[in-house]
Amino acid sequence: MARWIVALARPAAVASPGRTPASLRARAPAVLAGLGLALGLGLGAALPALADEPEVAISIRDHQFVPSEINVTAGQKIKIVVKNEGKMPSEFESVDFHREKVVPSGKEITLFVGPLNPGSYEFFDDFHPDTRGHLVAK
Amino acid sequence: MLATLIIVFREVLEASLVVGIVMAASRGVPHRSLWIFGGCAAGVLGALVVAGFATEIASLVQGIGQELFNAAILFAAVAMLGWHNIWMSRHGRDLAADATRLGKDVVAGTRPLHALALVCGVALLREGSEVVLFLYGVAVSGGNSAASMMLGGVLGVAAGLAVGAAIYFGLMAIPMRYLFSVTSWLILLLAAGMASQGAAFLSAADVLPSLGDSVWDTSGLLSERSLLGQVLHVLIGYTARPAGIQLVFFAATLIILGTLMRALRIQHPPRRTLPPSALPSKAV
Repeated sequence: MARWIVALARPAAVASPGRTPASLRARAPAVLAGLGLALGLGLGAALPALADEPEVAISIRDHQFVPSEINVTAGQKIKIVVKNEGKMPSEFESVDFHREKVVPSGKEITLFVGPLNPGSYEFFDDFHPDTRGHLVAK
Repeated sequence: MLATLIIVFREVLEASLVVGIVMAASRGVPHRSLWIFGGCAAGVLGALVVAGFATEIASLVQGIGQELFNAAILFAAVAMLGWHNIWMSRHGRDLAADATRLGKDVVAGTRPLHALALVCGVALLREGSEVVLFLYGVAVSGGNSAASMMLGGVLGVAAGLAVGAAIYFGLMAIPMRYLFSVTSWLILLLAAGMASQGAAFLSAADVLPSLGDSVWDTSGLLSERSLLGQVLHVLIGYTARPAGIQLVFFAATLIILGTLMRALRIQHPPRRTLPPSALPSKAV
């Protein structure tokens, strides 16, 4: 990220000891935004998700996580698959391990967590905050 | 109803704070409301589209489409906020002086309003799509509680907007000659916080390593789910248990943007046609 901000800010500086040409001024934000998008998508394409992490499956059923407490190995990256078996969309979220991902009704999503330090990490359904569960890393 | 109110309030809060800060940062610029609320309106429309395609977006790029989408729009917002701040560090002093005189036309149209409009648009796009999905779920679940939950949703939006309005009017109380320094700092921190959030999304997608899942833990001191915790999360990127990669992105954004703002600042004496004492201290 560092590099592209510098690279983008430079031309404006070079081209404008006093003032920036109007065309450059008008285009630069679009270029910056485009590069922001390209960075996200480019990284995604360049580094496809690896598949050798231990996998944990969680279902959302009648506003409950099943299972609601999951033991995982500390110090290792974990792949979590969340399946929403309910009729309403959910958002799988955790403040403790910084994740939020919408799980549409009837769909499943995958996300990666960790490596976690030993301890208990709460997650919840942001659309139904009483629906809670824990990852326990040992 | 209360539960719905709180859920919607949380989602609206972030976008609302962003718009409040951006409105204050563009004080005195002609047509700013048109640009910024236009950006907001586009964001809401976009949120409807994103919510409609939530399933498709989630399944893109081997199931990490949602993370990449969120990260991409967060980094686009970081870039726009950065652009605004660099622009302001080049022109801010003239602006503060001009705004008190007749010089508004000098800055009209040169201000990166499109950048700020885009920031508001993507903030609403991201948070709004979640509100839409949630309320859609409430609506289709039907039952006699749906109406009261919808009312909760409307009140939640109103409460979120009220916080945004509060920060806006709070900032507007700052004298004009300090206002843009304050908003530049706020925007710098806002950008750093967004970069940190973007990094968390890329780490969730396994595109970036987490570099330690919680470098420290202040959740006992101030929960990120509390109102204060959440406001600070938006404003200064407060994270109770930050991952290493988030700290790296936060610090890198602060350092890079801060350095660029300094390096690209134009050094020239302030243009004064009036003695300083004749300048009104309070602007329009």
